[in-house]
Amino acid sequence: MEIIYLLFIVLLAGFLGFELIRKVPATLHTPLMSGSNAISGITLVGALAASGGDNNVLTTVLGTAAVALASINVVGGYLVTDRMLSMFKKKDKK
Amino acid sequence: MNDIETIINLAYVVAAALFILGLKLLSHPDSAKRGNFISAVGMLIAVVVTLLDQQIITYQWIVLGVVIGGAFGAWKAKSVEMTAMPEMVSLFNGFGGAASLLLGWATLSGMSMVALQTATAFTYITLFFTILVGGVTFSGSVVAWGKLSGKMSSKAVIFTGLRELSVLHLIAMVVVGYFFATDPQNTLWLYCAIALALSFGLWATISIGGADMPVVIALLNSYSGVAATAAGLATGNTILIVTGLLVGASGLILTNIMCKAMNRSLMNVLLSGFSKPVEAGEKIEGEIKILSAQDAFYVLEAAQSVLVVPGYGMAVAQAQHAVREMQSLLEENGCTVDYAIHAVAGRMPGHMNVLLAEADVPYDQLYEMDDVNPRMENYDVVIVIGANDVVNPAAKEMKGSPIYGMPVIEAYRAKTVFVLKRSANAGFAGVDNPLFFKDNTRMVLGDAKETINSIVREFGDD
Repeated sequence: MEIIYLLFIVLLAGFLGFELIRKVPATLHTPLMSGSNAISGITLVGALAASGGDNNVLTTVLGTAAVALASINVVGGYLVTDRMLSMFKKKDKK
Repeated sequence: MNDIETIINLAYVVAAALFILGLKLLSHPDSAKRGNFISAVGMLIAVVVTLLDQQIITYQWIVLGVVIGGAFGAWKAKSVEMTAMPEMVSLFNGFGGAASLLLGWATLSGMSMVALQTATAFTYITLFFTILVGGVTFSGSVVAWGKLSGKMSSKAVIFTGLRELSVLHLIAMVVVGYFFATDPQNTLWLYCAIALALSFGLWATISIGGADMPVVIALLNSYSGVAATAAGLATGNTILIVTGLLVGASGLILTNIMCKAMNRSLMNVLLSGFSKPVEAGEKIEGEIKILSAQDAFYVLEAAQSVLVVPGYGMAVAQAQHAVREMQSLLEENGCTVDYAIHAVAGRMPGHMNVLLAEADVPYDQLYEMDDVNPRMENYDVVIVIGANDVVNPAAKEMKGSPIYGMPVIEAYRAKTVFVLKRSANAGFAGVDNPLFFKDNTRMVLGDAKETINSIVREFGDD
């Protein structure tokens, strides 16, 4: 049952993703990609337990490395997306 | 499920809702910045609430990882040049893939003997998938990054046996996957899986040429999300599944847009390294007419409407600020200035838009190909800056051309076309361009930035 339930989530999230992203205009595709970089840093959430749990040395090392890499994506991704989006301006209506 | 787990999962629902809302707001430039912020808040909630997890007993390693990663990420985000965005996104795709690979590995190495024996086949298959996709994403992205940043030759590396090597890889993956799932205690299969994933990503990307990089970056972007989803399936973490899929869908949609813009299937792009290069078609006959920057100015001064078509060459010459200056002068002169951006202009989706935004060009003056083509005849002058294939009429006229069938910006239908180019050679894809030989085309040779600056100076002298 657990597997079926997870597959349902996969199905729904996949469709939702397609519907959402289809509406992003071409002009914002680069910020969309860097924003995706940031969101894919969600792996951080999974890596926290491996890094800080009661684990053997190897698991802790691997977990900590995963935390560091995912943090690069989260912090770097959101900041650079924000920097880019700040540049997009509308024409001044005089 | 105890109380804390319930709280964590409820917070994940909130975080997922914020990610979705954030992406929804990204559908318009006015609200996009707010969307990014909301998405970041979702991430913060997800991370903070996960720290409540009772499995986590020490925090020093977590802090160490977050500080190192966060500092590097922040430095990179602040210092990166807008022209170098494709490299940075590639690199981040790679980090995302590597993080998933390491998480998959850590999950396996953290399993007790009992856990190893009781875990279902589903867990092992998804773990294997995590390691595979994560590894391919990582090594593929590193190659893409090397090609884009000029640390490696951007030419497609092709050698005999490449096809056999790839088929061998795929067979080996299935075999190793079977043993990995049936004999998980044996770490040999884990190492084999990692090695296979890394080398497959390497070969698959190294055989793809620089002009196809927008497709590759978009695809690797998608993979980095899929890897996170697989990790989520393996560890039963719903927020990873949902969020990873949002990224996966995003990358896939962009990949599809890029392929359509080049009139090629994804398979064709990925396997282009395996096919023989297309023989050059008909010879183009004609004369190239060269114009000086000064004469170009006289034409522009009289023009009522100008269309600028930028390409990667504009980024290389760092000409976007000069272009913006010229735009202001033209507008003061009573001329309208539009920009036409082809979906595959530049080295990643939307790259030109960001560069022009950086130079303060308002986004509502940027148009897509389908918006400008129907009214092309109305433009007095089209200025092509560092673009080549995206304005190449061979795509319509020459059946033998490698880019035949690709939708292009039909610049040749305008009254006059200026092509700003370093020399009269073929472009990045190495395809001859009949546009250069058209009666209404004038070539302004030299560095694009220099050319535009001299036009700007002419305006000043006036």
